[in-house]
Amino acid sequence: MNIPSDLKYTEGHEWIRVEGNVGYVGITDHAQHELGDIVYVELPEIDTEIESKEEATNIESVKAAAPVYSPVSGKIVKINEDLEDSSELLNTDAYGAYIFAVEMTDKSEIDSLMDAAAYEEFLEKE
Amino acid sequence: MFSYLPQTEKDIREMLEVIGVDSIDELFKDIPKEILMNTPLNIPKGISEYEVFKRMTELAEKNRQGISFMGCGSYEHLIPSVVGHILQLPNFYTAYTPYQAEISQGILQSIFEFQTLICELTGMEVSNASLYDDHTAASEAITMAVNTRKKADRVLVSGTIHPNTRSVIETFFYDVSIKIEEIPSKDYVTSIDALTEMIDENVAAVLIQTPNIYGWTEDLSGFADIVHENKALLIVSSNPMSLGLLKSQADWGADIAIGGTQPFGLATYFGGPSVGYISTGTKLTRKMPGRIVGQTKDVDDKRAFVLTLQAREQHIKRQRATSNICSNQALAAMGSGIYLSTVGWNGLKKAATMSFQKAHYLYRRLTEELGLKPLANKDFFNEFTLIIPESDKVLIDMESQGIFAGVGLSRFFPELKDAVTIAVTEKRTKEEMDAYVDLLKGVLNE
Repeated sequence: MNIPSDLKYTEGHEWIRVEGNVGYVGITDHAQHELGDIVYVELPEIDTEIESKEEATNIESVKAAAPVYSPVSGKIVKINEDLEDSSELLNTDAYGAYIFAVEMTDKSEIDSLMDAAAYEEFLEKE
Repeated sequence: MFSYLPQTEKDIREMLEVIGVDSIDELFKDIPKEILMNTPLNIPKGISEYEVFKRMTELAEKNRQGISFMGCGSYEHLIPSVVGHILQLPNFYTAYTPYQAEISQGILQSIFEFQTLICELTGMEVSNASLYDDHTAASEAITMAVNTRKKADRVLVSGTIHPNTRSVIETFFYDVSIKIEEIPSKDYVTSIDALTEMIDENVAAVLIQTPNIYGWTEDLSGFADIVHENKALLIVSSNPMSLGLLKSQADWGADIAIGGTQPFGLATYFGGPSVGYISTGTKLTRKMPGRIVGQTKDVDDKRAFVLTLQAREQHIKRQRATSNICSNQALAAMGSGIYLSTVGWNGLKKAATMSFQKAHYLYRRLTEELGLKPLANKDFFNEFTLIIPESDKVLIDMESQGIFAGVGLSRFFPELKDAVTIAVTEKRTKEEMDAYVDLLKGVLNE
């Protein structure tokens, strides 16, 4: 299972990559594998204020529809529009394709997320 | 008549033995005695098929035949006989909905064609396979908007839409934290000033109907800009017959186009069934309720039709689904599809133009010769509202003489006591309209 060491992870199988004040959020390789072929990514609205653990958006696969929660609080400042026409990017490049980016209001929230080792352990227990 | 209960006393005894009870009454012992019926049902003895037929014919003859000028959502247009002929093919009318969808290529093709025709009429990019009626379509369109603008909790609905649409919307959102607010009208059309004042970024959708409940056509110039500046979606409901002559929803910049296709090939019956249509741009496709039929190629590279995007509600999204519509109004939609493909663009334009011209002929005679006042001086398509003094009595008098003269609006709006909405379709002849004028003149002079 591919779990890059430079990212942080949630129990909902989201990853977040921090660049300055902005966190880029996607779903993990494990999540895309469980969902199967992803056919639709509903992109959130830019400028939406969001709390950590609040549902940001939805993705649909051939098997299920799943919510994507924001790992951090802040404002959604970017969305990955490539996913509108190419939702399969979440399958083929789970860590390259972010879904949305949050300008964080409280950067310390990152500290409460799992690092790669902790997430790997979490996956084994699950 | 023949008894359709095939069990004999012996069958019943055997079944009771298998389940281990002594009598049928014992099956009902959990129901309190005081609410259990203790006398036999008061149903007359059976009569022969012939007697039933005779009785039903007598009842049917009590129906009053008349020439209809009633509209307000249901219109008596010409229906080519081929529509009824195809609808009565058992292959179509016995199939409730295609469960093994791809086996029913004929039905899927008819739905695909219906969708294509709706897109051509409304100018939108995608149509679903149809909904129950225009009122459901309005409610589902609002649901789409609310699911697109998740943080917005207001919906603005024009005061000039059909009151039935309004009440279905109220029911839909009864227990949901969405506020349905009415945009006031000015001279019986939607006030753009009121809209501008009311709208903000908490508004998810704005719903307007044109032609509106009074028959007046709404001038929607500038509406889309105001709505879009506030990130809301513009939903425009239209009698689709009017689209044969007037601007389409896409022309007005609407995000979602809705309405009912009853004017296309469906009789007025008792007000139904109609067919709801809903169409939109590709961006909102995934938010659309129900199902869409798509065109593809089979393994032999031949054209084939498939149900698409319906799985998400029933099989995939389940509790996360945004609509509970799983089926569509297939047979009636097929009727509308056959109508449109029979008359073609030219036929549709002709039916719309003739309805328009005839309605204006009757309007002119009633206002100029009989001096009746319109509810407002506005443009209209095929129906208009006049003030007819003592309208309740007049409508009954005219009905007793064979003319259903219009719909009294007081049934919807008690304050509009003598407002009568009069609809004219291409089916009405000059003689019928002249008879209307003469009869009304006589009734008014009594």
